[in-house]
Amino acid sequence: MTLTADFSVLETLEFDDDGFLANASDWTEDIAIAVAAVLEIELTEMHWQVINFARAEFEANGEAPTIRRITKAGGVPTKELYSLFPGGAAKTAAKIAGLPKPTGCI
Amino acid sequence: MTNADILAKIKGGSSDKDKPRKLCLIASKGSLDMAYPPLILANAALMSGIEVEIFFTFWGLDIITKKKMDKLQVATVGNPNMHPMFHIPTFLGGLPGMSYLASVMMRKEIDALGFPPVGEFMETVIDAGAKVYGCKMSMDMMKLTEEDMIDGTEILGAMEFMEVSEGAQVLFV
Repeated sequence: MTLTADFSVLETLEFDDDGFLANASDWTEDIAIAVAAVLEIELTEMHWQVINFARAEFEANGEAPTIRRITKAGGVPTKELYSLFPGGAAKTAAKIAGLPKPTGCI
Repeated sequence: MTNADILAKIKGGSSDKDKPRKLCLIASKGSLDMAYPPLILANAALMSGIEVEIFFTFWGLDIITKKKMDKLQVATVGNPNMHPMFHIPTFLGGLPGMSYLASVMMRKEIDALGFPPVGEFMETVIDAGAKVYGCKMSMDMMKLTEEDMIDGTEILGAMEFMEVSEGAQVLFV
């Protein structure tokens, strides 16, 4: 692991078997930084734009936005989204944003 | 649960890292209804972090042919699903304009579900990292060149496809 962060914030939390935060309401920005560091991602302003958009959509609609919604309404092009969140943009972004595993097909 | 367990969970099984999963799709059909399955599967795989290669052959080439990709049609004759879905009895399906009409209806339904038109969907999967191949023999037969195809298309023979699909899960659509 090349990135360091305060991993102790993760200790008291519950994660599902696939590594997604069990309760989206437990999420804090420090958790996002720690989870991203585990995935070897250093969060930049663009990452936060996506995370905050996804969190806001989740709070408004009760479900994580689809990748298409993030690119269309969130204003982050597909190519960039995949390079910001390597290893499958939908899964990686949801993990960091503390949202449930995405189930949408698009 | 120890901290190490949590970190491993978030990372998602270290064994996966050694051998990344790869999906190879063969898209052989060019009707509007059959263009979506390979695109939806490719997109789902990419969103999950699975590598994707799509080999377009025969009528499937229409999906990546610039002039045709957004004009694909659904068949109204010889399609047993037509009646219950679109209420078009087979004997009327052959009338001029029927296929066009059914295609317009289907495009509307697809749009209502939040799925993009074929051309935009292709651009999305390419931007998301899918590799796209056009079958050389089919392209020769249909007099297509690289300029006719969506940007990023590589022309490949069947034997070369055997090489690129080595070790992948292969799906024929």
